[in-house]
Amino acid sequence: MTLTVTDLSVARGGIPVLEGLSFALEPSKALILRGPNGVGKTTLLRTVAGLQPPLKGQVEGAEDQIAYAAHSDGLKPTLTVAENLTFWASVFGRNGIEQALDGFDLLTLRDRQAGALSAGQKRRLGLSRMLVTGRPIWIMDEPTVSLDTSSVAMFAGAVRAHLGQGGSALIATHIDLGLEAEVLDVGPYKAKPLALDDFDGGFL
Amino acid sequence: MIALLLRDLKLAFRAGGGFGLGLAFFLIVTVMVPFSVGPQSDLLSKIAPGVLWLGALLACLLSLDRLLALDWEDGSLDLLATAPLPLESTVTIKALAHWITTGLPLVMAAPVLGVLLNLPVQGFQWLLISLLLGTPALSVIGTFGAALTVGLKRGGLLMSLLVMPLYVPTLIFGSEVARRGAEGMAVQTPMLLLAGISAASIALLPFASAAVLRVNLR
Repeated sequence: MTLTVTDLSVARGGIPVLEGLSFALEPSKALILRGPNGVGKTTLLRTVAGLQPPLKGQVEGAEDQIAYAAHSDGLKPTLTVAENLTFWASVFGRNGIEQALDGFDLLTLRDRQAGALSAGQKRRLGLSRMLVTGRPIWIMDEPTVSLDTSSVAMFAGAVRAHLGQGGSALIATHIDLGLEAEVLDVGPYKAKPLALDDFDGGFL
Repeated sequence: MIALLLRDLKLAFRAGGGFGLGLAFFLIVTVMVPFSVGPQSDLLSKIAPGVLWLGALLACLLSLDRLLALDWEDGSLDLLATAPLPLESTVTIKALAHWITTGLPLVMAAPVLGVLLNLPVQGFQWLLISLLLGTPALSVIGTFGAALTVGLKRGGLLMSLLVMPLYVPTLIFGSEVARRGAEGMAVQTPMLLLAGISAASIALLPFASAAVLRVNLR
């Protein structure tokens, strides 16, 4: 399933942040988004994920194909690791969380409450959610925050395995994951400030 | 869908989940009323249906601000919105979970508390029936209010103000059923209207809730 983005403009809080962005994400490929803080990477990812409508342009091929991982992991502190993951698996109509737990080294923590995990462990649990969704296109926003070097390698391995199975990934990150991926710098697509053409001079 | 319902119930019953908050509030209100009104059993039995209904409504209102706000804060609402489950069913399940953890305990506690307020004997069954018919509407309308204010920090005040007027018809007809029942009069008309309000809310409001939630998630 190819994700195609054509001439996309996105806005945050009503203010355009990126415009004229086009790319295609083919199966088995990963695309890394880079750009300075505040340029609109998160807004772009949320638009592609369908959480907000684009200002202009189209996103094709995303419907019911994407799994989205945001800054926050959506974990419930009073549920255990296994309960959190089982919930997301059944929401996506899947079962079997063992592979996902194993992939992020969470097997020993499975009966621990999510509230008692460290920040890095929480993040690993949040990322393992991607494995249980069974969706082909992963959209991830800064997935490596609070991960240590070995966990980053673990995550890169999971992405590589996902790409190997014909999936694709769109990742906004600042660190080098060691993936053979295209890099898209969104900086040049920064939207120009709105011209005040509707300014009512006569009002003054 | 069942997974979401089970998760919400599990969360409500675990530590800090808020189950019992509404029930405790309902208990406090109805236990305190005889103290503030004084030991006049005929007056108490007259106001009992209204007090019980008002207590149930306020107890419902009290628990609404956790309904969607917690899921919004920890990001699960965003993730649920991108899940295969349509938002309409998500909010319906959320309302159902709220009713099971808040509305249903209120219905079951009401007859016991009716004794404290000297509710006439023939009024018990109508109180129970009116609450059973009316509390689902309170949960569904409340979910709509929670969806409207989901992005706001400390949106509880705004939500109460928005939800209050929407609760008024349910309160009027609900307590009217209970009052008429207690006084031995015919209850059919207010009961049909109460059932109508509940049915219409359950049928229509999930769509409205999902629509405002989509706007609020942007």
